[in-house]
Amino acid sequence: MDFEAVIGLEVHVQLKTRTKIFCGCATDFGAEPNTRVCPVCLGYPGVLPVMNEEAIRKTILAGLMIGCDITRHSKWDRKNYFYPDMPKNYQISQYDLPLCLGGKVGAVGVTRIHLEEDVAKSFHFATNSGVDFNRAGTPLMEIVSEPDMRTPEDAFNYLTALKEILVTGGVSDCDMEKGQLRCDCNVSVRPVGQVTFGEKIEIKNMNSISGVKRALEYEIPRQINALKRGEKLQQETRRWDDDDGKTFLMRTKEYAHDYRYFPEPDLMPVVVDDTMLAEIRRQLPELPEARRHRFVAQYGLPDYDAGVLVANGALANFFEQAAGKNPKAAANWIMTVSEITTTPIQPEHITELVAAIDAGQISGKQGKDVFAEMLAAGKPPALIIKEKGLAQVSDTGAIEAFAEQAIAANPKSVADFRAGNKAALNALVGQVMKLSKGKANPQLVSSVLAKKLQGS
Amino acid sequence: MSLFALTIAELREKLRTGEVSAREVTQALLNRIQAVDGKLNAYLWLNPDDALAQAERVDAKSDKLLAGIPIAVKDVLNVDGQPCTCASKILKGYTSVYDAQVITRLKQEGAIILGRTNMDEFAMGSSTENSSWGVTRNPWDLERIPGGSSGGSAACVAGDEAIASLGSDTGGSIRQPAAVTGCVGLKPTYGRVSRYGLVAFASSLDQIGPFTKTVADAATMLRVIAGHDDRDSTSVPRPVPQYSIAGGVKGLRLGLPKEYFIPGMDREVEAAVRAAIRQLGSLGAEIVEISLPHTEYAVAVYYLIATAEASANLARFDGVRYGARVRGEDVIDTYGKTRGAGFGPEVKRRIILGTYALSAGYYDAYYLRAQKVRTLIRQDFEKAFQKCDAIVTPTTAEPAFKIGEKSADPLKMYLCDIFTISCNLAGNCGISVPCGFAGKLPVGLQILGKAFDEETILRVAQAYEQSTDWHKQRPVL
Ligand SMILES: [Zn+2]
Repeated sequence: MDFEAVIGLEVHVQLKTRTKIFCGCATDFGAEPNTRVCPVCLGYPGVLPVMNEEAIRKTILAGLMIGCDITRHSKWDRKNYFYPDMPKNYQISQYDLPLCLGGKVGAVGVTRIHLEEDVAKSFHFATNSGVDFNRAGTPLMEIVSEPDMRTPEDAFNYLTALKEILVTGGVSDCDMEKGQLRCDCNVSVRPVGQVTFGEKIEIKNMNSISGVKRALEYEIPRQINALKRGEKLQQETRRWDDDDGKTFLMRTKEYAHDYRYFPEPDLMPVVVDDTMLAEIRRQLPELPEARRHRFVAQYGLPDYDAGVLVANGALANFFEQAAGKNPKAAANWIMTVSEITTTPIQPEHITELVAAIDAGQISGKQGKDVFAEMLAAGKPPALIIKEKGLAQVSDTGAIEAFAEQAIAANPKSVADFRAGNKAALNALVGQVMKLSKGKANPQLVSSVLAKKLQGS
Repeated sequence: MSLFALTIAELREKLRTGEVSAREVTQALLNRIQAVDGKLNAYLWLNPDDALAQAERVDAKSDKLLAGIPIAVKDVLNVDGQPCTCASKILKGYTSVYDAQVITRLKQEGAIILGRTNMDEFAMGSSTENSSWGVTRNPWDLERIPGGSSGGSAACVAGDEAIASLGSDTGGSIRQPAAVTGCVGLKPTYGRVSRYGLVAFASSLDQIGPFTKTVADAATMLRVIAGHDDRDSTSVPRPVPQYSIAGGVKGLRLGLPKEYFIPGMDREVEAAVRAAIRQLGSLGAEIVEISLPHTEYAVAVYYLIATAEASANLARFDGVRYGARVRGEDVIDTYGKTRGAGFGPEVKRRIILGTYALSAGYYDAYYLRAQKVRTLIRQDFEKAFQKCDAIVTPTTAEPAFKIGEKSADPLKMYLCDIFTISCNLAGNCGISVPCGFAGKLPVGLQILGKAFDEETILRVAQAYEQSTDWHKQRPVL
């Protein structure tokens, strides 16, 4: 019997806001433990949350990019459970009225997007544990997909596309090293052709897109093999260990939490009116898919170039400023820049470099040297060409003078050429280049020489 | 008359003219506390040196509303650098790291934060017997309770140990103790006063308010503490009126809800309240019969909503970040041991009730249903206020009971708030003013108003107070 997997993903994404969701503490990463905290995000007695409107706007923006319906009256709920990483022992989240409903990323349906507060980070030492509350209260968006994926590749592609969208919209940097994108996965297996789902198994603790793929590549065969052995799977939660490359049982259904959700009395409901929605719509960036198509159509780029550029929003933006009259050439240069956000090169310098080469002012080979200098020093290409004395001599008068000198000094080559040995011209070109100290435009030199020899 | 026995208005006059200094007033109160608090146990914490230092710093001749006035605060309000135990062992050793918004306002208006008063643990109770630090006694009869949960804040004003005090009212915790100790207690409209810095019991019901000796003082206190606060999303951005309380009751329609005079109610209490209502009639108010038909469900609704919210609000007391910690084998065991040792029986009872009401399978039947009935109760008031400008009722069904009398029966204790709870569920404002005695025990008249219409209930209360001498009666200590 053949089996197939059914996969749904819950993705947690930290929003790119300056401050936390309910207090004024900074959200910057990597500070000393417990230095980005205040009574509010530490859950001190008597404090109250105040909503960060920017977090709501970013979540709605994400929803619009994914094609969700925006809930006009949504609210906050308390999700109750005890854990040391949870300062209040309840999390302010959204239960039945999330900000966004429905939507699609590629072929995968998105059920809902809601906003909540991130928890702190626990550290376990030899004899005790510590909690760093810097992360507690960072705005966290949960994006729940439909169970529309069947293979680890489907999951990988969904996550990659989702990440691309969120980065493009400036909603999140999705930096997985910093834990800005985390994922839980629901996976079950069933005989091909069966309509009902198998027993749903949740996998937690996957901190990268490739980690999700690896976890599923382990978990799906594990479940299929268990069924083939005649075992019965049951609903449970498992933990992925990326080092071991295995999933481990965390808890079975009987130990599932009862979160006792109820409406958060300390916050007013969120009312998204037409004005607010229109404002957010105006910030909607072009989606990656649409942008790729436009790059091919508008700039005549090959699909590959369009894909590379659009995959990195900053690279694509840089390209659009640099495209000039020869977008393909500009794209070739830009795609070699590895750190586009920190490069000293200005987009208009790329335009100038391409123009200099196309006008024959410098050769393509010289262009590479100029580009290397641009990368290192951030100077405009014109300045580099001037400083290095790289400009080609394209002055026909000067070249004609050199050509006549060369013809006069090399009668043998002239005779050979006239006798039909076309290669003899190269020797004369070489002479002219020597006379011009290498600065003459070689193409111009050959055409001037040829004209002179054939004409006389 | 001794300085400690004066009102805010009387003292402000003497301070402004320089007749007395803030230090003299503060010292007079510290001496009074020294003399009588052994009997009352109204205070949990005092720092005489700090109080006197505040008195030295204040410019008592300024025009600030509370310049030089010593005020006590319930142990549920955060004051930077002071303990804040909520009368619970679980917060033993905790020191506040910030000022509640009402404390900021008191300080801005020159008040002297005198000390912290006793209460039922986490404001859960109607007698102050649920304090982890001993009972507070009623200044009128030391064998009796001072009401609760703000019993310490009521007793210290009634016993002249503070000029005024702050309490919190979730289901009657200001008005009920004010009634049974013979002082004025005001619960402002939900959203009128910032809750920032008030340790939450039931977030959708809690409101901070004053205890004072007169209605005029209550109006002054409200002017100081009312107003929008960016740090409390439920505080309402409406301007704060001057709360002018003169004007009398002539032409005002006062609603008399038939559901508020119940069988089994104390006869002397009923007689005093009915006499007060007649008095208001003779002052020119029109008394109209009204009905608040869902009143009988209020106690049940309250004990579902308040306990549900409390079960989450009190979850943060786990010994991880602050407060007392009892070490266990692991983190779960530490939670259990810490909370087991830290919370008293009534708090545990309510956490379990609330947890149960929110549990899967019970949520719809209990919490959700309670919310629906809460809406009906709110609508009762909206309808009633189409017929009247304010509602007059007894504050309690009986005077202060004996210490220990109801301890064994939580349900009996829950019925103490039967007349005060609906106001919190509806989110309206209410005030209790002294209206006579049952034997030698004070009786309170409750006046309930529309949301954000504190001015009207203060006006009614003022007219009544000025036509009687009840507020001038003082207990002998
Ligand atoms: Zn903070």
